[in-house]
Amino acid sequence: MPSHVVVDRTAKHVVLICASASFVILGAIFIFTMREGAPALQEIGLYNFLLGTEWRPGQEMFGILPMTVGSILVTLGSMVLAIPIGLACAILLAEVASFRVRRLLRPAVELLVGIPSVVYGLVGMLLIVPAVREIGGSGFSILAASLVLTAMVLPTIISISEDSLRAVPKGYKEAALAMGATQWQMIWHVQVPAARSGIMAGIVLGMGRAIGETMAMIMVIGNSPIIPTSPLSQGRTLTGNIAVEIMYASGIHRSALFSTGVILFLIILVLNTVATFALRRGLKAHHVA
Amino acid sequence: MDPKMQTRHLDFYYGENQVLKRVSLNMKERQITAMIGPSGCGKSTLLRVLNRMNEVIPDTRLQGEVLLDGNDIYASGVDVVEVRKRVGMVFQQPNPFPKTIYENIVFGPKMLGRRDKAYLNETVERSLRAAALWDEIKDDLSKSGLALSGGQQQRLCIARALAIEPEVILMDEPCSALDPVSTLKIEELMQELKKQYTIVIVTHNMQQAARVSDWAGFLLMGELVEYAETNEIFSRPQDKRTEDYITGRFG
Amino acid sequence: MSPKSVQKIAKVFIWGGGAITVAVLLGIILYVLIQGLPSVNMEFLITPPKGGLSGEGGISTATVGTLYLLGITLAILLIPGIGAGIYLAEYARDNRPTRMVRYAVETLAGVPSIVFGLFGFALFVTALHFNFSILSGALTLVCLLLPTLIRTTEEAIRAVPRSYREASLAMGASKWQTIRHVVLPAAMPGIVTGIILCAGRIVEETACLYVTMGGSAAMPTSLLKGGRTLSLHLYYLAMDTNAFDKAMGTGAVLIIIIIIINAVTNLLSQRFQAKMRGG
Repeated sequence: MPSHVVVDRTAKHVVLICASASFVILGAIFIFTMREGAPALQEIGLYNFLLGTEWRPGQEMFGILPMTVGSILVTLGSMVLAIPIGLACAILLAEVASFRVRRLLRPAVELLVGIPSVVYGLVGMLLIVPAVREIGGSGFSILAASLVLTAMVLPTIISISEDSLRAVPKGYKEAALAMGATQWQMIWHVQVPAARSGIMAGIVLGMGRAIGETMAMIMVIGNSPIIPTSPLSQGRTLTGNIAVEIMYASGIHRSALFSTGVILFLIILVLNTVATFALRRGLKAHHVA
Repeated sequence: MDPKMQTRHLDFYYGENQVLKRVSLNMKERQITAMIGPSGCGKSTLLRVLNRMNEVIPDTRLQGEVLLDGNDIYASGVDVVEVRKRVGMVFQQPNPFPKTIYENIVFGPKMLGRRDKAYLNETVERSLRAAALWDEIKDDLSKSGLALSGGQQQRLCIARALAIEPEVILMDEPCSALDPVSTLKIEELMQELKKQYTIVIVTHNMQQAARVSDWAGFLLMGELVEYAETNEIFSRPQDKRTEDYITGRFG
Repeated sequence: MSPKSVQKIAKVFIWGGGAITVAVLLGIILYVLIQGLPSVNMEFLITPPKGGLSGEGGISTATVGTLYLLGITLAILLIPGIGAGIYLAEYARDNRPTRMVRYAVETLAGVPSIVFGLFGFALFVTALHFNFSILSGALTLVCLLLPTLIRTTEEAIRAVPRSYREASLAMGASKWQTIRHVVLPAAMPGIVTGIILCAGRIVEETACLYVTMGGSAAMPTSLLKGGRTLSLHLYYLAMDTNAFDKAMGTGAVLIIIIIIINAVTNLLSQRFQAKMRGG
């Protein structure tokens, strides 16, 4: 056999092994967190674990409902502002802005992704928390957490929405404009609906980023494992639950934290599947057109 | 004289789609064979089959034989690298690598394991001379191949193909991206090259086929309609379809 | 309302979105720099932090920890990341194994940092007895960053024109020779951009390191010693001490590093795109 054939074959096998690493890691993450989390689920029971309202490790009470509610509230809270701002910014980048404005704005969006989450947390602690305290409560709150998250999820929503707005075939736009539509009518009635799936995917991925955020949340949310009753009350996220307690937890407590990780993993899995589906549908829609 | 290359009852499929139908063709040594025909007739596919470049595209199937000096290049145990070393190719778009002119030319020899400097230097000069490019760029060998004009780029690609000392050169519409002056240069170059090499060219420019080739074949929808000496086919086509095509009454 | 007035309101909405985004970014950067830079001086940079509940000292060991982690993580990450990118771009056919790999890469990219942290804690820290260490942190980061490097490598390789590959193959180069000598060199600026992107993530990442690196303020003298990165250091300062000025100083250093990394990435990818257009 010529030597280049041997080299070729070896190289192919090496890169194949590299590629399978991702699959192995994903499987290992799932198996390890499941295995570590299983004892707690057996002991507590899935029902009490998911719907229990009390998290008191000292008294062997492990209900994660307060954290699930906390995660959902800060995520939805961040979306209230991030969706309109992000969509507006995406439209600006894709359609309205001149080349020069775009050249300034796009690096700004990229830089927002790059800022470490502890810096977001720190700015939140020193600027947003005191501001919220003026309204009432300690300031460490669902509201503060939502505001910090807003800045953190903006880039995800902006970049994916911008891509899908750009992917709308030019013919649609020109047809609308040729019929005498204003630029805004064209954007709102033609372009945004055509890019709907991609914008949805951006929002869902933004939600995934919000649910997964850990350090910035710990720094501004107060970390009380209670079900929040108002935007000003403290709370705790699923991610924060793990990070705050895993270092000193043992036994069933530790296992319950791994179970929290499993729940988080499953939520992300669902959100990602929805986003992938939406993106594929978006692509298909344009191929037909 | 035996033909340098031959196809025998060649069928070729992209998926379910048959693009070559029982094509049998002889390509004579040190002559230029031109394949003409409308777009999508299969002429570029036929060319790629001749040095197994078709294998780059997945989901294709081939039946029949392709002979080089009487041996089937698709027979089991034949090394595809060896085939491509003997049968070089020049593409439609000039495609120099983003490397220096020198690096472009020594790429092939280096891949085939030639390392000694003296040989490589000599190869660069020989190939560039053979491609009629040496006088123009001998002082710029360390410039990027992409810095050359389109016509020079294409001659660089020809030089690059010559550097591995092939026996057959396949040219896939080598002038379609070039201006008339550059085209003329390439055509003159082909007349020089055929003294040493067997050339197969695909073109949809009939004047070009008439000017440069010794033999010409007319392909239509994957079928070799007619194949004869060039002056024969252009002055006395035997098939009505060939006549229609070369007189311009056709697609 | 007439279409004209709607158009005017819409303009305010669209430009408002852009303005808020820029304002948020500038607000954060300026706030951190203005509050933080006064604490940043030579002494701050070269003094080790006291650690524990004390906010005293500088950031020297955290800087060394960051660089150490950066080096080790990239050293482990490069081969599997780039290799998998090559596989997906050059070898993968549309079949079941490929789809499984793609699904794994996409899913991994979305898994939260803290879940990687849990995994690293269970596997590297506990099961493999690497304890809280640079090594545990680096291995956890490798898992986290693999999808990023795979994707950027794949994209960079796919951007290489097919004509390069054909020219090389037609000269009798083998597939691997073509990849090694033609495709990879052409894709290199894109791959380097991906590597720098990963470097940025290593500097930013906190959650998964918080539960795998231990956070010792001492100088990390070996792979199996614990340590802290600048981001972790900022977190400890903000949460365990009241040294907000030092936290801001650390934040300012981080922001400057990130701005530099972003600028380099942008420059490289612009160059890369220009090159791929044949410039």
